[in-house]
Parts: sequence; structure tokens; C-alpha cells
Amino acid sequence: MDSIDLRLLVQLGVIGLTFFMLINASALLVLAERKFMGFMQQRYGPYLVGPHGVLQPLADILKLLFKEELRPKGADKWLFTLAPILSVTAAFAAFATVPWGAETTLFGLLDEPIKLGVADVNVGVLVVFAITSMGVYGIVLAGWSSNSKYSLMGGLRASAQMISYELSYATALAAVIMLAGSLSLREVVDAQQGTWLGFLSRWYLFVQPVGFIIYIIAGVAETNRAPFDFPEAEQELVAGYNTEYSSVRFALFPQAEYINMVTMSGVATSLYLGGWHGLLPFYTPLDPLIEANGLGWLVFLAKVGGILFTYIWVRWTVPRYRYDQLMQFGWKWLFPASVINLIVTAALMLYVLNA
Amino acid sequence: MPETLVFYVLSGLAILASALVIGQRNPMYSVMLLIASFGALAGLYIQLDAPFVAVAQIIIYAGAIMVLFLFVVMLLNAPQEDAADWDRTHPLRQPGIARFGALLGLLLVVQLGWALMRASELDVPVAGRVDAETIGSVRQVGRVLFTDYMFAFEATSILILVAMVGAVVLARRETDQ
Repeated sequence: MDSIDLRLLVQLGVIGLTFFMLINASALLVLAERKFMGFMQQRYGPYLVGPHGVLQPLADILKLLFKEELRPKGADKWLFTLAPILSVTAAFAAFATVPWGAETTLFGLLDEPIKLGVADVNVGVLVVFAITSMGVYGIVLAGWSSNSKYSLMGGLRASAQMISYELSYATALAAVIMLAGSLSLREVVDAQQGTWLGFLSRWYLFVQPVGFIIYIIAGVAETNRAPFDFPEAEQELVAGYNTEYSSVRFALFPQAEYINMVTMSGVATSLYLGGWHGLLPFYTPLDPLIEANGLGWLVFLAKVGGILFTYIWVRWTVPRYRYDQLMQFGWKWLFPASVINLIVTAALMLYVLNA
Repeated sequence: MPETLVFYVLSGLAILASALVIGQRNPMYSVMLLIASFGALAGLYIQLDAPFVAVAQIIIYAGAIMVLFLFVVMLLNAPQEDAADWDRTHPLRQPGIARFGALLGLLLVVQLGWALMRASELDVPVAGRVDAETIGSVRQVGRVLFTDYMFAFEATSILILVAMVGAVVLARRETDQ
């Protein structure tokens, strides 16, 4: 009985920790984004609040909390309030089935190992996909309910963009799921334990390079980030779907965006980069050491951080495309490429691997 | 006991949301309520130990189809149906058609009742049934789909393809004239 209670407590602790990490990830990412942007533009970025400006996100959030909440005349009262809540709820919920560490007994505290992560569902990948696709409602409703032309344009762009890129995204995922033979993210990660040919880490990146590139590009479009940030393109739409929002309601949109980035990176790490297996693309003597000491979650976090850095890097390097170019690229290049990738993977599995 | 409670909450939510979809007159609210109803249905599927069906319900209905609904409602900027003359002039308000509709509704209720009376294993969750594997796991769903229901599956695919080609033909702009 005692061990069950302890287990429940630890599981609740893990869930709380995941939530806490996600909240802080959004604040950290705001700071990281501004710092890296400064670095890439040869300036310092935020520097005044705290040493080297590390407390800047705290100051930003406090400022937003004390702002007045405005609602434009003619805005739909219910949907205007519901939209940011929906956005941020979907963002948090999507991370629920992403595992972030191997099974551990917490240095012998528990009798049976516990799984690091909120929930291990046997259709995990699909759950992430389903909840991410619910996130689009937040943006679309924000655009519609604001009773503003710019917001409406932003909302329309968001819905068209997200349903177009969802296709390539899902098709790229399907190839990895076929290889692993499971929809559970934890099982996909554990299928990547070990090495190819004795020196390469057994990551699906090496068998699915095209799939990985498609996934990352579609991920940028799904999270509405530059160079695909059309729903909030400031030169064209003021601020797009969140033009009319202020105070905390406004703050929830960027927060949802950053959490969605974390989820995207977490899923990419689990599916293509081996999750908590294999620190580097090639075998290092550190790998067995990490596995033995239960430090896999650090490896996972490092990889997620790497992908997040790439997101930020791309944002401040590549200029925004035109909207028709986005649609052309999505439907005429990315989607066919992902379908061909899927078919080739299936054919190779059937005729070469005889799986 | 908690399962029963969750069941009643979810089914109550589904019925309430569905009733409000037709009960209130803002098309935007109707779309959102329909999504809520689909969400509650997905919860019921999870209670029946069919997580794949639940997730498919969310992805396909609540995720993909309803986004398109929302898109159309936003693009057409559908007006709120609160004008009094709409009520009087709408063809569905004519007494003959209304009676026919009521008759159809009654038939549906009778049919549903009849189907429910005949169905056995109603209170058994999917996991407790003989064919639990078939319904529960993605692997089995795929296998059954490509063996036992091959013809229906391919026929549906062709039907969807035809609809897609039709939509493209209708939406295509004639440029060479």
C-alpha cells in the first residue's frame, strides 16, 4: 500500500515537473530568442534586467500582467476570451504523451521503475498530432472574434497554412512509425537503442533523412514561425490574429507558440534523434555510462535544446516567403516528397528487409 | 463508479452540445459546439477501450473537417440567423415539409430504439469482448481493413478520389480562353 502511494506521489511529481518545465521553457525561449537574435545582429540583446539580462522574461510577464485588458467594440465576447485559453491548453496537452526519459527507479527509491513523462499511451504519436491540430482553433477564433480585418486575415491564413502542412507532417511521421512498428513514442525511442554498423548511433535520422527534413520544415509552418509566420506577418497584417489582444490574453499566444515549438522538438527528438539513447550521432564511450546512471533525460533535453536553437537560428537567418510561395511549396514539393518518402520506405521494408 | 460518472458527464455534454448546435443561431458557435460534441464522443470511445477510434475521431472530425467548416463559415461570413423574416420565408417552415421532417425524425428514433433492443453486448467494454484485439489495436484495424474489408476500403478510396477530382474541376480557373 505504501509503495503504491509513493508511486502515485512520484508520478504526480513527474507530471508537475513536466508542466513546470514547459512553463519555464516558454520564458527561457523568449530570452534565448532575443539573445541569439542580438548575437546574430551583432548587438547584446536584453542586458539591463539581472546579470546579462537573464531576468528579462520575468520583467516582460510582470509588465503584461499589469496592463489593461482591452476588448474591441463588436468583438465576440465569449470566443474572444476562449481563443487564447484554447491555444495554450492545446499546447500544454499536446506534450502529455511525449516521454522525456527512460524508466528509472529514482536511484533506488522505488521498487519498480517509473516512466519519465506524463502518460505512456499506445497511440502516443496520434495523440500529439490530434491535440496539435486542435491548437489551430485558438488562432482561427482569435482572428475571427476580434472583429478586425487584419485579425481575420491572420486567422484565415493560419487555418489554410496549418491544414496544408499537417499533411506532409503526418506523412513524414508515418514512415518512422512503420519502421518502428509502434505508435507509442516510448517504444519508438527504445527501438533506436544501440548502434548501426558499430559506430553510428541507431537513430532513425540515418534511415529517414528526407523524412526528418520534411518534418522540421512542416514543423516550422505548423508553429507559425518565420520564415512561415504569415498569420502574424507584421509588415502585412500589423500583428495578424493577435492584433487586438492585450495583457495576459496576448501573452498566452506567444506562450502557446513556444510550447508548441518544444513539443515539435520533443517529438522530433523521439522519432528521429533517438530520444534518450546516444548522445552524439556516433558511438561514444559516454553512452553506456549515461544509460547506466539514468541520465538519459539530460541527453533528451540537450537534443531538444539543439533543435530549438535551429528553429531560432532559421528564424533570424531566412527572410519570410510570400504566401502563394508557401502554398506552392507545401502542396507541390513538400507533400509529394513526403508521399514518395513513405512509399520508398514501405517498398524497401517489404522487399529488402522483408519485415 | 467513477467510470459511470464520467460516462454520464461525457454523454450529457455530447447531447447538450449537439442540441445547442441546432438550438442557437450563431453559425460560429454551432461549429465550436459541434467540436465539443465530437470531443465528448472521443472521450466515450476511450471509455470503451478503443483509443485508436477516439484519436481518429479527434484528428479527422474535430481536427480536419471542422477546420474546413470553420474556414467556410469565416470566408462566407455567414450571417447570424436572427431575422424574423427568415423564419417565415424559409422553405423548411412550410407546414407540409415540416410534417414530413417530423415524420422522418420519429422514424429515426424508432429505428434507433429497435437497433438498441437487438444489440447484445452493449454494456461490455471492447476489451472484454472476444474480438477486442480487432477493435483495439492499430495493427489489427489495418489488417482487417486490408483483408476482410478490402473491397469497401478501395471503393471508399475511389469515391473520395472522384469527389476530389470533381472539386478540382469545379474550382479550376479557365485561363486559356
